[in-house]
Amino acid sequence: MMDQKNTLFSQQTFAGAIELIWREAELLDRKDYREWLSLWDPAGFYVVPIDPATTDFAATLNYAYDDQDMREKRVQRMMSGYSASASDAARTVRTVSRFTLTSETSDEVEVSSAQIIVAYKRGKSTLFAADLTHRISFASGEPRIAQKVIRLIDSTEALSAIGFLL
Amino acid sequence: MSDSSYQTVDASALYQRAQSDRVAPSLYYDPAVFETELERIFYKTWIWVAHESELPNPGDFRTTTIGRQPVIVVRDKSGAVNVLQNRCRHRGATVCEQHKGNAKGFTCPYHSWTYGLDGALRALPYGDGYEGVIDKTELPLASLRVGIYQGLIFASFNQDIEPLEDFLGGAKPWIDLFMKQGVGYPIKANGEHRFRFNGNWKIQLENTTDLYHFPVVHKSWMKSIDDETAAAITSFMTSDQAFCRSLGNGHSLAVLVPELVDLDHDDGAPIPERFEELAATLAKKHTPDEVRRIVRSLMGVGFNLNLFPNLALSMAFFRVLRPISANETEIRHVALAMDGGPEEANRVRLRIHEHFQGPFGFGSPDDAEAWERVQRGSHAGPDLPILVNRGLNRESTAPNGEKTAHATDETGMREAYAQWRTMMEQA
Repeated sequence: MMDQKNTLFSQQTFAGAIELIWREAELLDRKDYREWLSLWDPAGFYVVPIDPATTDFAATLNYAYDDQDMREKRVQRMMSGYSASASDAARTVRTVSRFTLTSETSDEVEVSSAQIIVAYKRGKSTLFAADLTHRISFASGEPRIAQKVIRLIDSTEALSAIGFLL
Repeated sequence: MSDSSYQTVDASALYQRAQSDRVAPSLYYDPAVFETELERIFYKTWIWVAHESELPNPGDFRTTTIGRQPVIVVRDKSGAVNVLQNRCRHRGATVCEQHKGNAKGFTCPYHSWTYGLDGALRALPYGDGYEGVIDKTELPLASLRVGIYQGLIFASFNQDIEPLEDFLGGAKPWIDLFMKQGVGYPIKANGEHRFRFNGNWKIQLENTTDLYHFPVVHKSWMKSIDDETAAAITSFMTSDQAFCRSLGNGHSLAVLVPELVDLDHDDGAPIPERFEELAATLAKKHTPDEVRRIVRSLMGVGFNLNLFPNLALSMAFFRVLRPISANETEIRHVALAMDGGPEEANRVRLRIHEHFQGPFGFGSPDDAEAWERVQRGSHAGPDLPILVNRGLNRESTAPNGEKTAHATDETGMREAYAQWRTMMEQA
């Protein structure tokens, strides 16, 4: 009986996490970055690492390693009109799938997934493929992103400038 | 043996396209100009390939590309740094495809020809087919000339090139000043951002001593930092202490924060508020003077030094460019750390680097946008010149030939184009 209850809880939290990740993807493609900020646990980090093996993000160089303050500044920059690359950013369509529940505790789950973004700008489409890992907290009752790590498959190669959020 | 499949230009007519204060836009997109640049600049002069801190131990290597030619930079058992063409002497396959690592030697994946860290051909399988045909000692991985200054490793395909120190010339004292941001610790390469933009390499070359663009292109970055830092960084716009200077051989300098030119000279300014927390942490293990010295060095030095043709020492990082085609360029921004220095300060340096640099930074994508717009726009009005004449009216020339004008002037670009033309016109 207890096992069935746990399984049900697990399925519900997993489904809730996936729903949040899809909602996030839709907001990012629509560039509704202010709403995107509200999905976050204020203590969370948004990370785009370079080194495929690193887990100590604070000690290594990343493409992005954003706490709440930096996330807000990044969004502010993109919406300010002062950034030529963000004002004329690529349009994006992204697919997030291949979800795996990699760990769970009573109030947090970790979900890994695959993300494919096609970014279109000035007649050219560019692909950004990545493994995602979301840590999603249920501590406040509502699901919140406690960490998002975006491991681009070509992170150690030369990338095109990115005027939108991954 | 030259590759005749590429069309090069008639260099004797280049003076019409590259004058001292203006250049033809076709220099950005003419494929024949690009091929000539590879032959006469990138395959002739000193090209920066790595920093010594990337190769601390025997067997440590990193691979890179000069023009189209892949090379391996490797430290051998004697401790010497070799730069080897990454190409088997048999049928031409690359012998290493990793960006970096440690190796005992390099083995070709095609027929297992094996080379030592010094490039010597050590072994090949089933050698009976070569008896009396080849002499192994005559088939090493081809070596480039290597020169090292302040840990900066340069290489050249030209075995008769002038010594590196002569080539660096007037830039050397500025390289010495740049390295002071190590605060007595050796400078260490600490990761890098790599990105590409759809534009010619000279557009990036021009940019390093182009301070005129900074408050315009990087307004969104300035809005994201504290007012105190933003004001300090852009004070050069109206300061008569800030300057741009030609240093000879295509090298140039742009000083934007004069009080941070020599980090050993403490101007006594208070520690910026945003670094106060770090300073308090450092004070537990360091003297007050050391704390000031470390904190004053976090943003690097107060200048950008452009070393023709592919390296810049830019405030707190190395900027490396690689031409890919007339219309495409790769940039690396190498972050720097104090090797063995306080970890908490090195982490702040990483965060400062991430904040501005790279394809996802608050600064570089806007640079790339501006450069791509130059590349696209320059096709309009092919007879309209690209102007690099700003500040000609206030440029002074020192007895040693170095020209100085205001920090926002285009003296550095004129120096780079003068060297460009000199090299392009050499047969």
